[in-house]
Amino acid sequence: MKIPFLMTALLLIAAPAHAMHISEGILPLPWAVAWYALAIPFVAMGIRQVNRMSRQDLSFKPLAGLMAAVVFIISCMPVPVPIAGTCSHPCGTGMAAILLGPFVSSLIAAIALLFQALFLSHGGLSTWGANVFSMGVVGSIAGYFTFKGLRAMGVPLAPAAFFAGLQADWATYLVTSVELASGIRGSEPFLPLLEKILLAFVPTQLPLGILEGAMTAGMVMLLYRKRPDILVTMGVMDAGEVKANG
Amino acid sequence: MDRETRKGQRAQGTRKIAKTLVYSFFLSVLTLCPLPFAFCHDAVCAETWPGVDESVVEKFAREHGRESREPLINTDQGDLLLFAFLLAGTAGGFAAGYFWRMLLEGKTKAQGSGKEKKK
Repeated sequence: MKIPFLMTALLLIAAPAHAMHISEGILPLPWAVAWYALAIPFVAMGIRQVNRMSRQDLSFKPLAGLMAAVVFIISCMPVPVPIAGTCSHPCGTGMAAILLGPFVSSLIAAIALLFQALFLSHGGLSTWGANVFSMGVVGSIAGYFTFKGLRAMGVPLAPAAFFAGLQADWATYLVTSVELASGIRGSEPFLPLLEKILLAFVPTQLPLGILEGAMTAGMVMLLYRKRPDILVTMGVMDAGEVKANG
Repeated sequence: MDRETRKGQRAQGTRKIAKTLVYSFFLSVLTLCPLPFAFCHDAVCAETWPGVDESVVEKFAREHGRESREPLINTDQGDLLLFAFLLAGTAGGFAAGYFWRMLLEGKTKAQGSGKEKKK
């Protein structure tokens, strides 16, 4: 057991960010504004939902605080991928979307990305809208609907959470590629450039998506063991199902 | 043994297997990812492990005539970024621990008030 702990400690050593957020100044102004315009309604809906839900349920605030901290940490945690020789990070938005819904998850991602852009040279203020849209909005929606869809088909909690995390991660990178290709292409055709960017992401993001899936499943199962009542309150599972599983 | 009990046992068994699978997978990924750090000298050099922001995003942007700009608050100077990340990690870690404890205390309180009501 010592070796995995040693390796984990090595992995968690603080290091400058090697990330996937679109850096400051990469996108032309019209595109940057367009992504802001697309992201802001989701963030506003998130603020509205936080206000409403924190009045309804006392356990909502600590859960939202926990998710905000987790998303902030793991979305700036560089993970080396040996098969690609590069580093990138999971997003955490799939996990937050399962537990809090896609709008609150978008808001959490927006706050995390703002702090990272301001203080960690990670992403940028001009590209904040694009990064919020890919990681916060699309990541959350993909994770949330994958989870709900799989649960509706009778898939158990852990595998459903795993695939939700996986989908959230891969969807984020798909949209990041779309944002990048549309912003930088100039007169070049869009689809071939998108294909090139996507293929360049694949060696890093394929394994990282699996890691994200495992993290999401781990977090959901941990909450299920410790506070199944919260999962019921948040609509993640039915009260009857919790009782049936003991 | 009635049907419900058997169903419950089967669900418990599936849960155990799923849990073991998730844990072992997570552990193996965590173990495999940093291995090159331990055995390869080059791996500790930052240039050997570029982030996808450098190796994909900025590379493609540069090829299409777009360069990244300096951030508004540039913490990417010397060890300042290391300090900022350490501070962010510490603050995030404390916040996560604090809220996790609040969640568990909520459970204890709920159980306590339940017992009082029973009395």
